[in-house]
Amino acid sequence: MTEVVLETHALTMRYGGVTATKNVDFKLYAYELRCLIGPNGAGKSTFFKCISGLETPTDGEILMLGSETTFWTAHQIASLGVGIKTQVPNVMDGLTVFENIWLAARRQHNTPEANRKTEEILDRLTLRDIAHRHVGHLAHGERQHVELGLVAVGDPKIVLLDEPAAGMSSKDIEQMTKIIHELNKAAAIIIVEHDMQFIQSIANRVTVFHRGEILIEDHVDRVMSDPTVRNVYLGKKS
Amino acid sequence: MIDSLWRDSVGAVLGIALLIWVAPLFISPYTLTILIIYGMLALSLGMIWGFGGILCFGQAAFFGLGAYAYVIAAINIGESTLPMLIAVLVPAIFASLLGAMMFYGRLNDVYLAVITLVVTLILFKFMNSTAGPEYIIGKARLGGFNGIPGFPTLNMPGNPNAYIWGDTYFYFCAVTLGVVFLITTLILQSSFGRIAVGIRENETRMSLLGYDIRARKTVLFTIGAAIAGLAGALFANWAEIVTPNLFSLSQSAEIIIWCIVGGLGTRLGPILGAAGLSLLKFLLGQQTLIDNLLITGLILVLFVLILPKGIVPTLNDLWSLTIGQRIIRHRRRPRRRTRRKPPRD
Ligand SMILES: Nc1ncnc2c1ncn2[C@@H]1O[C@H](COP(=O)(O)OP(=O)(O)O)[C@@H](O)[C@H]1O
Ligand SMILES: [Mg+2]
Repeated sequence: MTEVVLETHALTMRYGGVTATKNVDFKLYAYELRCLIGPNGAGKSTFFKCISGLETPTDGEILMLGSETTFWTAHQIASLGVGIKTQVPNVMDGLTVFENIWLAARRQHNTPEANRKTEEILDRLTLRDIAHRHVGHLAHGERQHVELGLVAVGDPKIVLLDEPAAGMSSKDIEQMTKIIHELNKAAAIIIVEHDMQFIQSIANRVTVFHRGEILIEDHVDRVMSDPTVRNVYLGKKS
Repeated sequence: MIDSLWRDSVGAVLGIALLIWVAPLFISPYTLTILIIYGMLALSLGMIWGFGGILCFGQAAFFGLGAYAYVIAAINIGESTLPMLIAVLVPAIFASLLGAMMFYGRLNDVYLAVITLVVTLILFKFMNSTAGPEYIIGKARLGGFNGIPGFPTLNMPGNPNAYIWGDTYFYFCAVTLGVVFLITTLILQSSFGRIAVGIRENETRMSLLGYDIRARKTVLFTIGAAIAGLAGALFANWAEIVTPNLFSLSQSAEIIIWCIVGGLGTRLGPILGAAGLSLLKFLLGQQTLIDNLLITGLILVLFVLILPKGIVPTLNDLWSLTIGQRIIRHRRRPRRRTRRKPPRD
């Protein structure tokens, strides 16, 4: 079968007495687009934090792109080719859109090449008009796009997107979907989302988290019609 | 970028020229020299704090280490060229070790401020306790609270008898400040400096982009200490004595106040803040009615309340709101129009 790019074994993360993720065994294949769903507090963001190195897991192991990365720091994992958009926007608010993306591009390229890459991303994500505005002054949707630009410009092999469509207009979401598909040509992607329509429009396989564990993992249509999922997820949401 | 570097170089040369030819008409070169030295010290903190987000409460430690390193080396070597280099290297090495310990240990913000402050106080205590004859490095006795007087001051490289002093020393310090200012500019405009600003803005994001925050902060911290050390050596030559007071709490606090009043995130702000407040202190020093420290404190409070960004950033804002804005609009308007159209069609 296709190559596995990310694998976790019995991944567990405890915050004091709270077990945020528990014994998670997870596999992601090259160029896959996977959705992660589950009620608030299910441990989705924590799972992302462990993978991206923002947290060191309490137990278990993480294998990524041929390396064991369980105890790696965030910058080492990023250098391996992992890009993440966190749930809370994580951008350089005091800098312009151009400067933000340039800093991301400069990590892998020399200055002239980084300039070129930045220009390219500004066009690709239609950020040209706001290139010289400070990110802190932008609307929420625009900031999300900028953060996506930061991820995209690094040509990642694995992309983690934590609620990228949250609080966005349908027009923004449309554009976001396009960008995600484009990223997917070169990378495997995991998206955390709540919007069922959005999920159905982009993903095939869905993993459902519940209380830190994987409840079910299957094709999107079967997951949607699964009674336990409806109970756990949709029941709680309303 | 090249444009602004050119502009800054011209600005620095003009500034130094004004300092050398115009300022002495109003203030004695002797006083101007110390203003320059304090300006350089403030610049060293302004660089790591304003551009790297590292609030070091112990910049005085590197200043003092530079001064002491110079004096001890000068007494032992008998001339000044190599000691000047040592005065830059000793604080830099010390800072790289201290910085690595803090940044790799993930100590940040308030913890970093506290640790650097404690290190300064330890040095202060230690230097005060070295009065005994057993505290001797080569030929140099540390002298405890009395400090170390009587050491070879700055001379022309290769000629220990040709001292640089008086007005010449003032010119030397002015030009050195200009050179340090330009080096700082080069560093801050390089990729390294722009990445440092990114780290100041959002450490988490920068590490998620693949930057090693710990290493970069250690390097920036070290550069700041090197500049503070140079200022320390210049101070030793100006005062012709070094005492443990260089490491004192009030010295540490003053550097921070200079930066706040002058304006963080600019290179000129800390220099002007230091020069302005020190000059004020000298003028007030001639009266005994009000305590000096009280006035400095009052000024700090006023600035935090009324001009929280500091002098230079406020002036920058005023400029871009009035005249600058017009210039920018004038320049940008035609370009924007041509750019906006194509994607719409
Ligand atoms: N830094 C933290 N400290 C303590 N508890 C945390 C922390 N981060 C998350 N948690 C807890 O872990 C659980 C999972 O949270 P999270 O991963 O954010 O869930 P999700 O993203 O699925 O909504 C929650 O119960 C949350 O309260
Ligand atoms: Mg979450």
